[in-house]
Amino acid sequence: MRNTFADTFYEAGKLDKRLVVVVADISPAGSMQKFREDFPDRFINTGVAEQVMIGMCAGMSMQGLRPFAYTIATFALYRPFEFIRDDLCYQNLPVTVVGIGGGVTYSNLGSTHHAQEDVAVACAVPNLRVIAPCDPEETRAATFWCIDQREGPVYLRLGKAGEPRLSNDSSEPFQYGKLRYLRRGKDVCIIGYGPILKMGIDLAGEYEQRGKSASVVSAHTLKPLDREGIRAMLAEHSEVVVIEEMVSRGGLADAVRVIAWESGVRCKIDCFSLQDEFIHCYGKHEDTLRAHDLSLDRIIACLFGSMSSGPRDAKLNDVLGREIAR
Amino acid sequence: MTAGTGHNRFDVVAARRRCLFYRRRILDISQQVTALHVAPAFSCLEMVDLIYHGLMRPDLMHSNPKRFLDGFLMSKGHGCLSQYVILEDLGILTKTDLDRYCTPAGRLGAHPDYGVPGIEASTGSLGHGMGIATGMAYAEKIKGTDRLTHLMLSDGELQEGSTWEAMMMAANLEIGNLIAFVDLNDFGGLTRMSESHPAFYPVLDKIRAFGWEAVEVNGHDASALLDAVKSRSGKHPFMVVGKTVKGKGVSYMEHVNIWHYRSPNKEEYAKAIAELKEISS
Repeated sequence: MRNTFADTFYEAGKLDKRLVVVVADISPAGSMQKFREDFPDRFINTGVAEQVMIGMCAGMSMQGLRPFAYTIATFALYRPFEFIRDDLCYQNLPVTVVGIGGGVTYSNLGSTHHAQEDVAVACAVPNLRVIAPCDPEETRAATFWCIDQREGPVYLRLGKAGEPRLSNDSSEPFQYGKLRYLRRGKDVCIIGYGPILKMGIDLAGEYEQRGKSASVVSAHTLKPLDREGIRAMLAEHSEVVVIEEMVSRGGLADAVRVIAWESGVRCKIDCFSLQDEFIHCYGKHEDTLRAHDLSLDRIIACLFGSMSSGPRDAKLNDVLGREIAR
Repeated sequence: MTAGTGHNRFDVVAARRRCLFYRRRILDISQQVTALHVAPAFSCLEMVDLIYHGLMRPDLMHSNPKRFLDGFLMSKGHGCLSQYVILEDLGILTKTDLDRYCTPAGRLGAHPDYGVPGIEASTGSLGHGMGIATGMAYAEKIKGTDRLTHLMLSDGELQEGSTWEAMMMAANLEIGNLIAFVDLNDFGGLTRMSESHPAFYPVLDKIRAFGWEAVEVNGHDASALLDAVKSRSGKHPFMVVGKTVKGKGVSYMEHVNIWHYRSPNKEEYAKAIAELKEISS
């Protein structure tokens, strides 16, 4: 995904001299290195200094440039949060904040590098648009949208590298603010965003084997959320499964439940998200997801077996690390 | 130096007269609300006056005296009354705007709001202006324009790490088109910094150590401020450290920190106006 982003940005940046990228000591992947060499004035590295990364983007945007801030998601969003809020969102400037490694992509680097609540945090800020593409194809389309738009600030949540193509030739085109059906089915709808939607594609296969046809939907634009599209999705399917690599509070899972309640639909809804915990599991991406109860096995066990879905009760520990009895 | 076009017309006596008028105008506004930042506006007033009347070049090419070719950010957002009264004087804001200060019918709040005429950034949270100004100045540098970016900082803002992050970056990028002023009035909201945070001093050495050209002068002396700006090489970002008096101009407000927020009552208002008239005669 980051390579696709870099390729797209380089391609657009060759023609559009307004495009600048401000990174905070992150090594430029793929074409970003080419961009750096070809357009040294428009590649700025602030060093390990994320507040000025955002502040500079604001100032450059005010003077007519089209800046992208770019670093690991936790450092792109959390560290300079108040700068994103005040400099970009309060003033509604068309700056894109690119967060690499959304969710728990940086699994073995620990929770300092896990953007597990980023979408909830970003969606809470007025004016901030939030886009999380599911695969390279969507990343390319979303990047072009961010480059062209004049609406305001965007948090663009990407994965890292090697994400498979989830779109297929019959998938709908990317349209900002609209649900995108990767495939259409009749009985079940699996909805999510980001590379975790791969699990949704696999799950659709499981439904097929059990004689049910499944839609798979990429809710790439989390804000503004396509509420109308979600209402239609809930009305058209008897069963909806939400999968998101983010905590459930303030995420897509909550939003789907609220819209379902408000519109009075009576379809079955199961949600699978990250836990409200700091997980101390160091392994591959899938290992950390599993530690968060996000695995295809578990989802299958919940949906087709007796295991109950939904998040674990949040654990709260005392100062000595002991779990507080409830 | 490109800013020189403004220097020639700067009259120090006229500046003193203007600042007396601006102080009275700020006190007038203070009678409309119970709390506002009179003292922090008074301490930076001469510097803001110099920026608008002496440094920023009016956009005469487009016969629009209400626009400038150069930019100004009030990073110490709580000092914005000094900016409002000058913008009113320049005809960029109206008397109605100032009369409606902090009322639902108006558009001016206790901190600057981007989009209001003459306001180039929403500030109020300290430590933001330096980063934004660095971005603005860098954008103009790579666009190849001669636009200067002026910035008004509080000394309290120099306690924010973000200010130093941006200062390092401004020096790295060698943006000689950035001119910053620090209102060194020695007061935070709570304490006198020389007493509570002595390691804050010396300020000038720290700024220079971060790769800036910097000069320290009396922040109420327009002539000294102007000379300081004239001395800049234009190769590096430039900082004027203006040593100032919080509440400058009204005896009972000077160095008395309750005036960071408080509005004078009727008697206090009358006394202050009398003092400001006395000096002017």
